[in-house]
Amino acid sequence: MSTTPTLLEVEEVGAPTSGPPTSTQRILTRLVHDKAAVLCLAFLLIVVLMAAFAPLITKLSGWGPYEFDSSAVNSALGGVPHGSLGGISGEHWFGVEPQNGRDLFARIVYGARVSITIALSATVLTGILGVVLGMLAGFYRGWVDQLISRVMDFLMAFPALIFMIAILSSLPAGNRPVLLVLVISAFGWPYLARVIRGQTMTLANREFVEAARASGAKDLALVFREILPNLRSSIIVMSTLAVPGYIGTEAGLSFLGVGVTPPTASWGQMISSSVSWYSVDPMFFAIPGAFLFLTVLSLTVLGDKIRSVIDAGEAA
Amino acid sequence: MTRYVIGRLGGVVVILLAVCLFTYLIFFKLSPDPAVMICGKTCTPERIDSIRTVLGLNQPLLTQFWEFLQGIFAGRDYGTAHCSAPCLGYSFQTNESVWTMLTARLPVSITVAVGAAVLWLLAGVAGGLISAVKQGTWWDRSAMALALTGVSVPNYVLALVLQYVLVVKLQVLPFPSAPAFADNPGLWFESYLMPWTVLAIGYACLYARLTRANVIDTLAENFVRTARAKGLQRSLILRRHALRPALTPITTIFGMDFAGLLGGALITETVFGLNGIGKLAADSIAKNDQPVIMAVTLLAAFFVVIGNVVVDLVYTALDPRVRVTSA
Repeated sequence: MSTTPTLLEVEEVGAPTSGPPTSTQRILTRLVHDKAAVLCLAFLLIVVLMAAFAPLITKLSGWGPYEFDSSAVNSALGGVPHGSLGGISGEHWFGVEPQNGRDLFARIVYGARVSITIALSATVLTGILGVVLGMLAGFYRGWVDQLISRVMDFLMAFPALIFMIAILSSLPAGNRPVLLVLVISAFGWPYLARVIRGQTMTLANREFVEAARASGAKDLALVFREILPNLRSSIIVMSTLAVPGYIGTEAGLSFLGVGVTPPTASWGQMISSSVSWYSVDPMFFAIPGAFLFLTVLSLTVLGDKIRSVIDAGEAA
Repeated sequence: MTRYVIGRLGGVVVILLAVCLFTYLIFFKLSPDPAVMICGKTCTPERIDSIRTVLGLNQPLLTQFWEFLQGIFAGRDYGTAHCSAPCLGYSFQTNESVWTMLTARLPVSITVAVGAAVLWLLAGVAGGLISAVKQGTWWDRSAMALALTGVSVPNYVLALVLQYVLVVKLQVLPFPSAPAFADNPGLWFESYLMPWTVLAIGYACLYARLTRANVIDTLAENFVRTARAKGLQRSLILRRHALRPALTPITTIFGMDFAGLLGGALITETVFGLNGIGKLAADSIAKNDQPVIMAVTLLAAFFVVIGNVVVDLVYTALDPRVRVTSA
C-alpha cells in the first residue's frame, strides 16, 4: 500500500490533472459518434422543444390543454373516446382523455413543460446545495464536517418518499411545482454532497492546493479556484444521472396525487388519472407512460455515456 | 468491537429520536387541528375541548412529544382508556390502535419485500456475473442495454402494463389480492407474482450493472493475475478468488434496499391494492390520519437505520480488510 501513494491518490480523485481531455468539447465529439447517444439526444431535444414552445405547438395542433371536446367522447358509454386507439384522429393527434375529451397531445406537450422545469430546477438546487455543503464539510473538517455529516445521515435515514408525500399533502396548496422542487432537493442533496465531501478531502491535501495556500490564497479562493474546477467531472456525472431520477420522482409524486394537481397537466398526473380507465382505454395510459419512460431512458443512457467518456478520459 | 456496536446503537437512538421529533413537529404543526378532525361533522366546541384534553393537545408541545415517546416505551392513558406498551396512539379515522394496524399489515409488506428480493438477487447477480465473464460479447451488450431500459421504467407504468397484458387481455393471472398462504398456496403465489416482478425489475437491473462492474474490477486486480499466473482455471479463479471481494459491496446495498422495502413498497402496494404498510401510508396520508402517518414514517425510518447498522456489521464480517484498518 505504501509503495505507490501518488498512484492511489490519482485513482481516488480521478485525474484532476486531465484538463483538456475531459473538456466539454471532447465529451460532445464522443457522444456525436455514438448512435444510441445521438438517438437519445434527438428525443430529448424534441421533448425540450415541446416544452419550450408548448403554446405555439398547441396553436398548430388546434386544441389547448384545458379545452373540453365533448364531441370526441361517447357519453352514452360513460365517456369512452370515439374511434379506435383512444380517439386518435387528424383532429386529436394522440387521442383524447376519456370523459371530458381534453386533447392528449396538448396535455403531453404542456406536461413536458412541468416535468422538465421541475427536474431541472431540482437538479440545479441539489447541485448547489450538494456542492457547497459537501465542499464545506470536506474542506473545513472538524465540527463543520460533523454537523453537515450528521444532517446528511439524518436525511438519508428518512423514508424520503413517505415523507415527501406527507409533507406535500399537509402543506397548504400553494405553488405546487415550487414545493415539489424544494421537497425533492431537500432529500436529494446528501447523495451528491457525500461524494463531493470525500473528493474535497483528498484534493485539499494535494500539493497544488498547498502551493496556492503558501502563496497566500484565501480559503474562499482555495475552494472556488483550486478545488471546485477539479470536481467538475464528478458534478457533471452525478447531475446528469440525477435528472432522470427527479423526473421519475416528480411523476411518481404526481401519480400518487400529491404532486402537480389537475387541471395542470403533468405526465405522472396523467398516468394517475388513466388508472381507472386502463382496461377500456389503454392508449390514455400508454401515451404518457411511453413519454415518461423514453425521457427517463434517454437521460439515463446519456448520463451513462457521459460517465464512460469521462472515466475513459481519466484513465488515459 | 463491542464498543463499536454500542457506539453505533447510540447513533441509531439519536437519529430515531430526531426523526421522531421532526415528524412530530411537521405533522402536528402543519396539519389541520386533530381535535376537529376526530370530532367530525356533528361537532360542538365543548366536544372539541374535551378531545383536546384527552389527547393532551392543550399542553406545551414538548410535553406532548414527551408523552408520545413515553407511550411508545411504557404505554400511556388517554382519559380513562389505557394504551399499553408500544403505544402509537389511535387512528383518527377508525379509532383502531395504530400498533394493531401496523402488525396486521406488516406480513403483507414482508411477503412483498422478501419475494422481490429473492427475484432481484438471483436475476441481478447472475445476469451481472455472466455479463462480466462474457464481457464485450453480444450477450453482455444486450444484457446491459436491457438493464438500462429496466432501470428507466417507472414501476407504476410497468405495473399497469403488466396488469393490462396479463390480467385484462391474456387473463393468465388473477388480480393481486394478497390471500393467506395456508388457504390457497397456488393463488397466493399467482397473486404475488406481479408485485414481486414489478418491484424486482428495477433493482435487478441495478444489481446486474453493479455486479458486472465489480466483477470486472476485481478480475483486473493483482491477486487475480497472480492466481492466473499460477495456472489456475478461469472458473476456479472466479469462484474462489474473485467472487467474494466482488460481491461484498452488493451485500451493503442489498441490506439498505431491503430495509427500505420493509417499511412498505408504497407505489407497488398502492397500484396493486395490496394491504401492506405502504398502502397504509398512502391511505392515511390521503385521509390526513396523523397518528398513522407518524407511525408509518417511524417504522420505515427504524428499518432503514437498523438496516444500516446490520449492513456495517455484516460488512466487517465479510471483508477482513475493513477489520484490519478499523482495529
